[in-house]
Amino acid sequence: MKNFKLIIVLVIVASLASCGDKRTPQMQYMPDMYESIPYNADAENGLKGNPVNSKPVAGTIPRGGHPAYDIADTNEGYEKAKADLKNPLEVTEENLANGKAMYTIYCTSCHGKKGDGNGHLSQTDKFLGIPNYKDRDITEGSIYHVLMHGKNLMGSHSSQLTYNERWQIVQYVEVLRTDLLK
Amino acid sequence: MKSVALHNRLTSLLFKSITFLLLFAFTLSSNAQDVDEARYKEGKNLFKSQCASCHKLDKKLIGPKLGGVESRRENYWLKSWIRNNAALRASGDADAIAIYEEYNGSVMTAFPALTDQNIDDILYYTTIGKITKVPEVKPEGTGNDDTNGGTPSWVIMILASAIIVAFIMIASLLKQVNELKGNKKVDSGVQSNLKRDLQELWAGIKKNTFLQILFVIFALLMSAYVLFGTLFSVGVDQGYQPVQPIVFSHKIHAGDNKIDCQYCHSSAKHSKHSGIPSVNVCMNCHKSIAEVADNTVVVLEDRTLEKAELDKEIAKVYRAAGWDPEELEYTGDTKPIKWVRIHNLPDFVYFNHSQHVTVAGVKCQKCHGPVEEMEEMYQHAPLTMGWCIDCHRETKVDLKGNEYYAKIHEQLAKKYGVDKVTAAQLGGLECGKCHY
Repeated sequence: MKNFKLIIVLVIVASLASCGDKRTPQMQYMPDMYESIPYNADAENGLKGNPVNSKPVAGTIPRGGHPAYDIADTNEGYEKAKADLKNPLEVTEENLANGKAMYTIYCTSCHGKKGDGNGHLSQTDKFLGIPNYKDRDITEGSIYHVLMHGKNLMGSHSSQLTYNERWQIVQYVEVLRTDLLK
Repeated sequence: MKSVALHNRLTSLLFKSITFLLLFAFTLSSNAQDVDEARYKEGKNLFKSQCASCHKLDKKLIGPKLGGVESRRENYWLKSWIRNNAALRASGDADAIAIYEEYNGSVMTAFPALTDQNIDDILYYTTIGKITKVPEVKPEGTGNDDTNGGTPSWVIMILASAIIVAFIMIASLLKQVNELKGNKKVDSGVQSNLKRDLQELWAGIKKNTFLQILFVIFALLMSAYVLFGTLFSVGVDQGYQPVQPIVFSHKIHAGDNKIDCQYCHSSAKHSKHSGIPSVNVCMNCHKSIAEVADNTVVVLEDRTLEKAELDKEIAKVYRAAGWDPEELEYTGDTKPIKWVRIHNLPDFVYFNHSQHVTVAGVKCQKCHGPVEEMEEMYQHAPLTMGWCIDCHRETKVDLKGNEYYAKIHEQLAKKYGVDKVTAAQLGGLECGKCHY
């Protein structure tokens, strides 16, 4: 009987102690419906324990989407985009506003609010030699090409932005450039 | 062009001799730490603004390393290369074509605007190199003691000590009562004395009904507190802070470097999930940042990481991306980083990030807490249903620019007698909105 009491005390103490551990998740009560049987988009393991990391078949176009960008990441590709590629979006207030919002998230860290290459990371010497837009001979096509493939130290931002957002950013960068050239 | 070329050839001899002399002088002077400050500064600024996006002094980057480039190339050649390397290549210069091919035909930007003086200043900087300063000795014991998050344990400590003090007071009181009642005071040895005291205390409690009731009430309250506390924390992971495979500091990235949350968590604006960024997003910056700045320190609760250890953490990113930091190319041997998920709603709840981030414009910090101050990520909010509903009840919905529903919104506002409807009044409390 004494042992029994001791065990109860120990169990209580142990359960109290385990509550304070922040490195492990809390106990769950009947977690039957916590994890669904169908595959979860952001789950660690995919179908039958195999991670789902397969690319769509080449040439796949999402419903309502756009054909994949097929200008190659070469010098010739850059020149081709610079000369031929045109912005499919009209210049509207809405497009420019979203272009500005996206530019603020994805570009200002390096290129700066005005596009003069004087962003926070440039000021703190993390990234050096970021060009001013006015010093570079860029067109809408070349801006889009660089957003897709990156150039020199700039990486590709195609995975973070949608088709429309990229062209909206292009519009906004052109506005910034004309402002800088004034 | 021809006359310029002739002129170049004539001046080249001059330049050659001058550079040789200068180089000679520089090597001597740099040894003596005697540097032309003004030129050095000018060169450094120009290098930083014009060259550093592709070149480093001590390492290959996009282009070759530039430290001591003057000892490898002639000054006049460098000048014509920097001004217009395409023209130099077109003129059939063997060196120029060779370097172009070595770097897989990546074109260097032309800098026709740089003057002779500018280029000489830059070359002066590359020849001298970085002037290493003697590192300052950091003062010891800069307060790491004020680690936050210890408040609950303090409260518990105070409570426990209060209980112990109360017990001691009761014990001494009882003892005095016993003595006053006429029982003789015994003092034979300390240990037996203590034992007797305890026995007396127990006997006293047994006799005193009021104390017994008090004791029972206290015990009931305590156990109820413990029981409810335990039950209410079942499945609630507030404060959960698992050990991650890479010591990633949100404080450095989102706080110090002011990178927007959505730069990395880019799917939050369009998708149900905010997403853990894939390694290509890390590589957008870390392609060139292989080392942390000299004084960077990450202070965790149990350890402090300094530059040497933090550089190893960046190397883990390279291993995951299959990036060879020496050759500066992808090897194709990638390994996923197995981040440990912290915020995880049960699957019987529907939650959509885009609805909150893009439509409602809720700041990330509202639910995730001061992430930009967290060296190590933890769950800030309880993520319980009550917590969701509290916010839905308080949040007034911004209905601007939503003309299609304007009439319905007007009627709703009239129905509830308010100026602005809350998320709850728009149906944010309906069970089926989140549970289906």
